[in-house]
Amino acid sequence: MFSQRHLLDIESLSREDIVTVLDLAERFREISERPIKKVPTLRGKTVVNLFMEPSTRTRSSFEVAEKRMSADSLNFSASGSATKKGETLLDTVRNLQAMAPDFIVIRHAYAGAPHFIARHVDAAVINAGDGAHAHPTQALLDCATIREHKGPLDGLEIAIVGDIAHSRVARSDIFAFTKLGANVRLSGPRTMIPRHVEALGVRVEPTVEAALEGADVVMTLRIQAERQGGLCLFPSTREYARTFGINHQRLALAKPDAIVMHPGPINRGVEMTPEVADSERSVILSQVTHGVAVRMAVLFLLAGSPPVE
Amino acid sequence: MALTEIRELMDGAAIARVLRRMAHEIIEREQGTDDLVLVGIYSGGVYLAGRLAKHIGEIEGREPPRGAVDITLYRDDLFEGLPRPVIGKTELPFRLAHKKVVLVDDVCFTGRTVRAALDALNDYGRPHRVRLAVLVDRGLRELPIQPDYVGLRVETDVDQSVKVRLVEKGEQDRVVLFRKEPDARGEG
Repeated sequence: MFSQRHLLDIESLSREDIVTVLDLAERFREISERPIKKVPTLRGKTVVNLFMEPSTRTRSSFEVAEKRMSADSLNFSASGSATKKGETLLDTVRNLQAMAPDFIVIRHAYAGAPHFIARHVDAAVINAGDGAHAHPTQALLDCATIREHKGPLDGLEIAIVGDIAHSRVARSDIFAFTKLGANVRLSGPRTMIPRHVEALGVRVEPTVEAALEGADVVMTLRIQAERQGGLCLFPSTREYARTFGINHQRLALAKPDAIVMHPGPINRGVEMTPEVADSERSVILSQVTHGVAVRMAVLFLLAGSPPVE
Repeated sequence: MALTEIRELMDGAAIARVLRRMAHEIIEREQGTDDLVLVGIYSGGVYLAGRLAKHIGEIEGREPPRGAVDITLYRDDLFEGLPRPVIGKTELPFRLAHKKVVLVDDVCFTGRTVRAALDALNDYGRPHRVRLAVLVDRGLRELPIQPDYVGLRVETDVDQSVKVRLVEKGEQDRVVLFRKEPDARGEG
């Protein structure tokens, strides 16, 4: 069963909710392999994709998912929208609401924007990334990818390496992985590890080597320069690559069948070497495939929600 | 949903006899097993397709390939308050083009399930033709759909329910007619 009306973050999901999405996504993957890659399930439903922050991967993944479910979608982006002309988010949303959409998929630079919108519309709101807060569909697709390659997450050792503090992916991943019973270790420059992050049930390792030791999964994250507010949190990308970049020597510390993941966009030679990114250990493209299926599953589950009273 | 048993329509032996007869009918009408495939509708139909394929194999010496379709995503009442469904795995491990498809379901009632299954098949290819085999035809159609191979025809009312219990589902082989409570809704 799925208990949610919106998908705003991973914290509000139960373990059962997450497993429901993953099971369904497993079925939905097959739809993308058919001669006619479309089911009529969401015929007549309207989705607004409101992307107030640049995105290629996530937006196109949502669009493909919407099309494969036969929903009608329309796209708003920050550059082309009235926001540039001074409209507030609430006014934008009220105008969208007047068009009676069934779903609003929103990406916004400010944390909490999707939650704010959810309070003002009848549509089901899906958070496609809000500031440094949450990116729930990314976490769900990461879980789906891990489950395909490694089986259930219970007891798996997962290392998350990079800019934890500014990464909404890291935050959502941590909640999802720990809810599914995995052990999570973090590594990155001290300036990019939030204080008291251990309270989330994760371990902070002193070195990237310690984090990789015996890991089943290595999740690498991009340096979120745009969210660091101009602060100088590390000396240079070259030094970062030397100290934290994943190369074959470091990867050898992980389990022999460990997989390497990245939410994209990847900076080759920084978060990982091109050799690692292109090796058979890398499941980065498999993440993209799972992304479409997971988003189809989320749309399906939220479509059945009862309307607000 | 509360169900009160009215009577047993078939026991295990009757089901076995009926399926053997249907297997013979299918071979006769489809003229052997060339290009023949059986596609079961989740979940009862999948098990029955398996049993029919086995019988056909015993008679003809060659078992026809089998597939399965889940029609959840093609339902016309998907978001009308039914409990959120679990989706079975659609598996059609062959190309549908030029195949003689026999769709298999346990009970034929309103015809809406079959309509949805035909839509689903259409997304996988264009078969030569599709025929329909059901263990029980309980009447009360809401669409112009009729089965070609029928195990048992039985007159029923809308407030009744026909359940096909199968060993494959962890039950004893039986077909039972029930009366539904007035407030309950469900499918046959």
